[in-house]
Amino acid sequence: MAPETTQGETNHFRRIVYIWIALSVVADLLFWFLVGPHVPPGRMTSSAQGDQLDFNILFVIGLPVLIGVWEWLAYAAFNWNAKKKDAPESVGGPKAWGNKRTEVSWIIVTSVVVVCLACFGIVELVVLQGAGGGEGPNPIWYPHGAIQAETAALAGTGTWSPNSNDVLPVQVIAQQWKFTYRYPTFGGFESPELILPDDTSIAFNVTSLDVIHSFWAYQLEVKADANPLENNVAFTRTQQLGNFVVRCSELCGLWHGAMFNYGTVVSQAAFEKWATATEAANAANTKDLPPFAWTYVPDANGAAGGYYPDGNVTPYSPVEIYGAKQPS
Amino acid sequence: MTISAERPTEVNDMGDGPPDFIAQPKLRRHGLLGQHLGTAIIGGFLGYILGHWLGNYIASGYPYIANSGQNSIAVLLALALMVLGWLIGIGALNYPFAKMLGREAKGEVEYQGWTRYFRYNLDHKVVGIQYVVGVLVFFFTGGLLAMAIRTELLNPTVHVFSADTYIKIVSEHGTIMMMMASSVVVGPLGNYFVPLMIGARRMAFPRIEAFSFWIFSAGYLVIFSALFFGGFPTGWTGYAPLQTQAGPGMISYLFGFAIISIGMMAAGFNLAVTIINYRAPGMTWSRVPIFVWSIIATAALLTLASPVLLAAGLFGILDKTVQTAFYVTEHGGSSYLWENLFWFFGHPEVYIMALPGFGIVGEILPVFARKPLFAYRIAAAGMIGVALLSFFVWQHHLFQSGINPDMRPLFMLTTELISIPTGFIFLVGMGTLYKARIRYEVPMLFCMAVYFNFLIGGVSGVFLSDVPVNVTVHGGFFVLSHFHYTIMGGLIFAFFAGLYFWLPKMTGKKMNKKLGLWHFWTMFVFFNLTFFPMFIIGLLGQPRRVFTYAKNLQTLNDFSSISAFLLGASFLIFVANIMWSQFISPEKSPANPWDSLGLEWQTATPIPIYNFERIPVIMTDPYHYSEPGAPALADFGQATMAASASPPSSSTSADQ
Repeated sequence: MAPETTQGETNHFRRIVYIWIALSVVADLLFWFLVGPHVPPGRMTSSAQGDQLDFNILFVIGLPVLIGVWEWLAYAAFNWNAKKKDAPESVGGPKAWGNKRTEVSWIIVTSVVVVCLACFGIVELVVLQGAGGGEGPNPIWYPHGAIQAETAALAGTGTWSPNSNDVLPVQVIAQQWKFTYRYPTFGGFESPELILPDDTSIAFNVTSLDVIHSFWAYQLEVKADANPLENNVAFTRTQQLGNFVVRCSELCGLWHGAMFNYGTVVSQAAFEKWATATEAANAANTKDLPPFAWTYVPDANGAAGGYYPDGNVTPYSPVEIYGAKQPS
Repeated sequence: MTISAERPTEVNDMGDGPPDFIAQPKLRRHGLLGQHLGTAIIGGFLGYILGHWLGNYIASGYPYIANSGQNSIAVLLALALMVLGWLIGIGALNYPFAKMLGREAKGEVEYQGWTRYFRYNLDHKVVGIQYVVGVLVFFFTGGLLAMAIRTELLNPTVHVFSADTYIKIVSEHGTIMMMMASSVVVGPLGNYFVPLMIGARRMAFPRIEAFSFWIFSAGYLVIFSALFFGGFPTGWTGYAPLQTQAGPGMISYLFGFAIISIGMMAAGFNLAVTIINYRAPGMTWSRVPIFVWSIIATAALLTLASPVLLAAGLFGILDKTVQTAFYVTEHGGSSYLWENLFWFFGHPEVYIMALPGFGIVGEILPVFARKPLFAYRIAAAGMIGVALLSFFVWQHHLFQSGINPDMRPLFMLTTELISIPTGFIFLVGMGTLYKARIRYEVPMLFCMAVYFNFLIGGVSGVFLSDVPVNVTVHGGFFVLSHFHYTIMGGLIFAFFAGLYFWLPKMTGKKMNKKLGLWHFWTMFVFFNLTFFPMFIIGLLGQPRRVFTYAKNLQTLNDFSSISAFLLGASFLIFVANIMWSQFISPEKSPANPWDSLGLEWQTATPIPIYNFERIPVIMTDPYHYSEPGAPALADFGQATMAASASPPSSSTSADQ
């Protein structure tokens, strides 16, 4: 397998390597400049942009791997075909059993690539503050000011105003088969639509009232499973205006496929206007909601879409949608 | 060797001299008498009725499942007694019961003729054939469900099925395919060829081997029964609390996986013991064929990972029948418990579904490249490395689930590390093909397709293991495409390579090459056309297991669906090939049609019941292709096999 330069014989190995380098460089350049900037999910948030970079870098490393093996297979398939007239005999014996130099270099190269990739992934994860993925109830990577904002939100003392550069906590409540959003810094009102301010760090607090769902804000590059009685926190920072789609990406039963809605990133001023207006308009309803908490115990009768162990569907209770559980 | 004491004749397992059965064959032909598939069906049916009645009797009115009219205890007991009745009916319990009563067991005679394939047979070759049919039944059932899925996804707004039916089809498809894939190579080819490859006369525990097949087939009945109980809505992953919420079909899922895991443990344990203890003299670890290495690595995973699935399934059954709360968060359990138990089994399971494929490819490539396997030790090390690491990666399925966040870098690292030993398999393949003289027979084409497909599967796996990228691709069509590329593109292609390669040995009849080529090319092309677009569909934001999707993804979905139908049709060519070559117009195969040096090809065809007249003494490894003057593979003693069409010494060094 290693180059064995015998006079007059084609050095297949060298030829394969040259073709491989040429093809890889061309493919990588084409990908990086033509496809790379358009790779989903776009650049609407910091985590989306980071993911796009990550994806592109993985692809630029992955393409030569694909090309290398495929080229090798194709080269072998055409050149060392037993049907070819001048096909030389295979050579067995100790030289064909293995080659220490090749084996060792293969192991070293693959190990180095893999460890570098893992290190790069870890750096990206830390730099992007969890990269938009759910970090569970006790996140270890978060934007500056997130802990204060979250603590204040729970105490009901949180505020957010344009240009304050504060982190905005938003609660995502998943249930079969819809998402609702609560804004603790605006009196804890509940909204069926997700409106976010631009240029702001958002802390999504994702929980569920029944089964496991997954909050996937596609263009925001945020995904966090919604678990019952668990607060799953994910961070991102908005950086572009626009609409995005929210889908459930964990199978949650019958209407899983229909569990989606849309959200919008608006300017900070527009967001504040919308939030204060909705807070005022919903004030009467918000009073009837359980106090803001990270998680909520489903109604014992399963009114929030839970299960019905006695076989009877309990009528939906209009007042007590779900009982609140304060963190101990 | 008390285990063979009640066979028709005492068999000399150690092989000093011809075994007695050759001198005095007392093989029975029973026709339809005795215990066989028919009695198993009757037993299963009676067990079902009895269990259902018993459940309703002892627990009437207690835990009825909403809107189903079913009592969960009755469903569970019906399924449990159905499996028991099935096993009693086939005769699996005759031996243990007789022994418990202090009697000698009757009825475990070696049947001759076609009816032995429908009986509880202890011959590993019969069990192998039974497994071939069994996994194909699983595979085609799952395949038809896949066709239904792709039909529904032809249009985002016009629906063929209701949302309810659709999600149940998806769940049933996934579960059946996973159950099939965990046995698809180990069962048929592992059981059939491991003893032949290591020079053994039988498996270490023939009864456990037969048991593993019949419990596997009972698992099919159980999981299939879910459809009659209204299905289950959880997908093959069965996440709680959706599991707790689901109807009686969920019990079929939980109990079915429990049953299958028992079969997996039995098969894995038996294969591991056989490989460790039943190797012929001279079959050192450095001479063991690479397929056997892959099987022992798989056997270790089967034995160690399946108990976790069994435990997880039993917890779920308890939750559903007697109202425990293992997975019910608000009563002190945890939905994370199921996720962790399931994936602690589930990730080794993924390699249970990859390693045997690597083994087949490693076994077949040298035969058609006419070169020794390149870097044999690296190949074996790669398989063992994958098997070990596979226990340390399971949380990568839970990156976004809210697990402890500092687990994520760790599992990202371990997951990416596993691509190093996987890469060994590619080094071995590429090295073997280097300056080879490749003969393009059907099995070889399938092997090269495994490298093509598995590479896509493997590289996309690195994308999934990267946590930032995982945020987008987790739970979407990207991951769906990824694992179809590894399992179907890798394992199923390898399984067909193995079938085309070894069927001439198993049945003594050739497979038709022209139909084989048609099968290969249609399957290869349409497989890629079906699943490659799914990477793009996933990146564009389509989650898994949805019956409706964004309008702009319809073109890609339709392309994928139509390719999927053609992919489904390619298996009809395979069925036609089997029918034509094996039944309608059979042609006798040469003794060693591919000029392989493997030990399994050097027995007579049809293979005598105890494989080797004398246990061969292995002299070298089986990969001395294109090496004039290489030592003979094995010494078969002075007595050559009577009916052998391939004298063992002649094919070892002459390979052209």
